[in-house]
Amino acid sequence: MATLEIRDLHVSVEADNATKEILKGVDLTVRQGETHAIMGPNGSGKSTLAYSLAGHPKYTITSGTVTLDGENVLDMTVDERARAGLFLAMQYPVEIPGVSVSNFLRTSATAIRGEAPKLRTWVKEVKETMTGLQMDPAFAERNVNEGFSGGEKKRHEILQLELLKPKIAILDETDSGLDVDALRVVSEGVNRVRETGEVGTLLITHYTRILRYIKPDFVHVFAHGRIAASGGAELADKLENEGYEVYTKGGASA
Amino acid sequence: MAEALNTPTLGSARAGGPPPAGSTTAGSIAVAAESTVATRMSAPPSFDVADFPVPHGREEEWRFTPLERLRGLHDGTAVATGDAVKVAVDAPEGVTVETVGREDSRLGKAGTPVDRVAAQAYSSFTRASVVTVAKEAVLTEPIRIAVHGEGGVAFGHQLIELGAFAEAVVVIDHTGDAVLAANVDYVLGDGAKLTVVSVQDWDANAVHVGQHNALIGRDASFKSIIVTFGGDLVRLHPRISYAAPGGEAELFGLYFTDKGQHQEHRLLVDHNTPHCKSNVAYKGALQGQGAHAVWIGDVLIQAAAEGTDTYEMNRNLVLTDGARVDSVPNLEIETGEIVGAGHASATGRFDDEQLFYLQSRGIPAEEARRLVVRGFFAELVQQIGLPDVEARLLDKIETELKASV
Repeated sequence: MATLEIRDLHVSVEADNATKEILKGVDLTVRQGETHAIMGPNGSGKSTLAYSLAGHPKYTITSGTVTLDGENVLDMTVDERARAGLFLAMQYPVEIPGVSVSNFLRTSATAIRGEAPKLRTWVKEVKETMTGLQMDPAFAERNVNEGFSGGEKKRHEILQLELLKPKIAILDETDSGLDVDALRVVSEGVNRVRETGEVGTLLITHYTRILRYIKPDFVHVFAHGRIAASGGAELADKLENEGYEVYTKGGASA
Repeated sequence: MAEALNTPTLGSARAGGPPPAGSTTAGSIAVAAESTVATRMSAPPSFDVADFPVPHGREEEWRFTPLERLRGLHDGTAVATGDAVKVAVDAPEGVTVETVGREDSRLGKAGTPVDRVAAQAYSSFTRASVVTVAKEAVLTEPIRIAVHGEGGVAFGHQLIELGAFAEAVVVIDHTGDAVLAANVDYVLGDGAKLTVVSVQDWDANAVHVGQHNALIGRDASFKSIIVTFGGDLVRLHPRISYAAPGGEAELFGLYFTDKGQHQEHRLLVDHNTPHCKSNVAYKGALQGQGAHAVWIGDVLIQAAAEGTDTYEMNRNLVLTDGARVDSVPNLEIETGEIVGAGHASATGRFDDEQLFYLQSRGIPAEEARRLVVRGFFAELVQQIGLPDVEARLLDKIETELKASV
């Protein structure tokens, strides 16, 4: 069973010629089949956690470990992490002019699977997955993220999640900027992947709204660069009623 | 209807990220009186080099060009060395190939030199190649012209003339090492169709400067594909004018500017005649310290040119730091009675975020870069319509990417 283990993770960024520590000792274990919601106010470091795990060059790991099935993730390049089974659905995916969605998806699936998918089954697979996400087939001929609406970008991220079938999926504020209909469609896509039981999901969100569609097994409150509290789904209800204030007031006391 | 007058698409850096350091993009649509094209000339067009002052580098038409790298082509110090450049023409039946002297009356009809180096070439060449396709001859095989530099300085002139309703494809390959100033004339008879692919695949030290004049007959169509990969300095000046109504010009260009290279393409489409069309699309990729691409796109719509339909576009992809692009589209309109006119220019860069995104999907960095550059050029390459040329260009792009990224 695939397991992502994060131990005492400290992460810094360079900003204005100064080093700022953003993650201050994160401990978390995500197993295949589990869904963890990470909730927290803006600036608490949720997205930094997501991008650090994926290997974004902006972030420097200053101490701690991250392993996937015992393998040191922090030693891997960004593409090696993806091939090892990590996937990050981004909040603001970037445009890639001149590269069509269909070419991108196939190149990516080839890299992840280690061989080019057979054309006939691949075309069918993509088409069916797009239908499930209520995406027009013409979408495949557009350039990656170019001129996509907010909702289209998120659907495209979840399309990749469904096609690439990672061991660990990190969803960074996939719900932000979506109307209720789009949120439902995107959540259904995530749930299709979760129902296979083969993915561990780290759902990063600011709002409890998405948790009505994607039921977490665990909820963690993120504040001041670390997990301030953990619980079951009931913790989300508490946050809904009481907000984050109780966790943000105390400062970064260890 | 004059689209451009209502919604000018002034050349602007595309949204989605800041323009790269060292890139400039400018654009203008001038109406009547002030002509930017006029300011790009230090002297009226002339076949005689003596009519042009030696440029000092601050002139509008020279300000992007490193004069010291012209190896004397601009100031009269470059002197022809015998057999510096060999020209071989391989033509199918129905084509006449001649080598003629300066006095041949067919030369120089498509256009007059507009800068000192073009005039120097015209004043200095001793023999010219003339390739003639008889009227109504429709060639099934391309005419291939190999221009190979053997080192040294050369001045050249070529004329390619198609009779009425003739159809031909010409592929011109420039290879080897040379300091070459050469002009090319294309003369298209009524209803003729000419496609020219000019590939600048020079060795690293070559210098190539030339003016390409096309004179397009009634209802004739001209398609030009300029492909510049090699050389230390390449500065080409494709110019189009129309002899009669109904002409069409498609000008495509593709350049891959590497470390230290200067590649400059300066286009002029002179809509001097009613009911003609032009479409200009140039794309370039740059990589490495000191890579410098210059694109000037001048389109004139003269008062007489009612019913003109024109569009021009330049896009650049900057792959690394230290490269510079100057892209200047310019549209001058003297009549509003046109079908359409527009221009666009954008310089974007392959940035770390794109790399991160592709890598985060399992795609290794090298492949990610290739994917982006191939995609960038593919759209243009597909418009060439000559499968063997398309395949060769895509191969060449791959080689360029492997060579220095």
